[in-house]
Amino acid sequence: MRYFIAVAFFSVSHLVWADSVNIAVAANFAAPAREIGEAFQQSSEHTVIISSGSTGKLFAQIEHGAPFDLFLAADSRRPQLLEHNGKAVPGSRFTYALGRIVLWSPRPGYVDEHGVILKEGDFKRLAIANPRLAPYGLAAQQVMERLGLWSGLRRRLVRGENIAQTFQFVVSGNASLGFVALAQVRAAGDSGSVWHVPDELYQPIRQQAVLLQRGQKSAAANAFFRYLQGSEAREIIRSMGHDVVASNARNDVTE
Amino acid sequence: MSLSETDIQAIWLTLRLASVTTLLLLLVGTPLAWWLARTRSWLKQPVAAITALPLVLPPTVLGFYLLILLGPNGPVGSLMLDLGLETLPFTFPGLVVASMIYSLPFMVQPLQNAFAAIGDRPLEVAATLRASALDRFVSVVVPLARSGFLTGMVLAFAHTVGEFGVILMIGGNIPGETHVLSVAIYDHVEALDYENAHLLSAGLLVFSFIVILLLNLLNKRTHPEIAR
Repeated sequence: MRYFIAVAFFSVSHLVWADSVNIAVAANFAAPAREIGEAFQQSSEHTVIISSGSTGKLFAQIEHGAPFDLFLAADSRRPQLLEHNGKAVPGSRFTYALGRIVLWSPRPGYVDEHGVILKEGDFKRLAIANPRLAPYGLAAQQVMERLGLWSGLRRRLVRGENIAQTFQFVVSGNASLGFVALAQVRAAGDSGSVWHVPDELYQPIRQQAVLLQRGQKSAAANAFFRYLQGSEAREIIRSMGHDVVASNARNDVTE
Repeated sequence: MSLSETDIQAIWLTLRLASVTTLLLLLVGTPLAWWLARTRSWLKQPVAAITALPLVLPPTVLGFYLLILLGPNGPVGSLMLDLGLETLPFTFPGLVVASMIYSLPFMVQPLQNAFAAIGDRPLEVAATLRASALDRFVSVVVPLARSGFLTGMVLAFAHTVGEFGVILMIGGNIPGETHVLSVAIYDHVEALDYENAHLLSAGLLVFSFIVILLLNLLNKRTHPEIAR
């Protein structure tokens, strides 16, 4: 018995102390991050531990000393702030994915290819992410403003706390349709009906990552951070419904 | 530092939600508590357990099931659509229903204890004086259970003011309809607007303190020998 406990203790401590990397991931990127993590684990000895949450909450936790090595945010503002506050390694910030929004309904044939339903539909509720909190919500607002529909549709909006909740409002039928992430629709098997919103109707949703101070000295964290910028990771990101920026434009200008 | 219009709207909405919920819970909770306090039925313990469930269940569980039950694809939601009514999620009435479930034990348990403490004797005496059942309740039970009513109402009100998880899940964050105080604070924190978050949070802290203080003082007056 004592022997088993010793073995168990040894293996647990091995897991913890052998190189593991703790990643804070915006909820909308949790699924791709998990895929990338698995691919990374196969090509290295390191273990990837993923915590997902809203960008705002993770930011506040990192500010107050949460034990993360890497932060994959849903926007560029929070990583920038962390860089300014000295919580992130200067110069490590880069855009790992560009979010795409779509207008989506689980009902086949409901949303048309050009989004005319926004003007003519008799839907009762349209779900968006809260524009004040979520980049996808802000993009949705920009689309409606650009189309001159914002003030008309305002009263019919329900606002999810983040893009995951927004998606769930639509899936459960509580809202007839909603502006969600292409990645979510893809993860749900491309069912229902969708309008692919043209890029020029909203500002690009730059999802940025930073290496945090805690991860600077960790070999595992640095290895994963490099892996995230490599072609394998980029392929996974693209296949799951995000765009990636051209690799030579890594340190692109942010708004 | 001053409150924005949305914040003031959120405060009023919260007070309205808590008042409506408390009044309706008083109507529903009183007969339920009475039955629980007096019955010898085998159903007593199961019903008491169901009443206490919101105490232990995470609000997200309640919110999740309410969203599914009340949504257009759920049993309750589809029934309401068939009857030509609006579904409840994302509406003020929906929040009232959710809050009533969420705060039910806070109304029922103090009442049940107060009713049980009265015992049979005062009611038997009143009955021998030919008081009708209603008369017995109004002129004997209500005065004797006064502190139970007060505690139940104050706790239900305060608990509804502090409600967050359930509303976050079925509210949809609509100003003037479902954007309540706790959600407003959450939004401020998420948006890094700590100043307004502090303003509202400090207000809620002071409010909660006053509520508990008042409750203790009231209990002391009604039961000077118990609470000192």
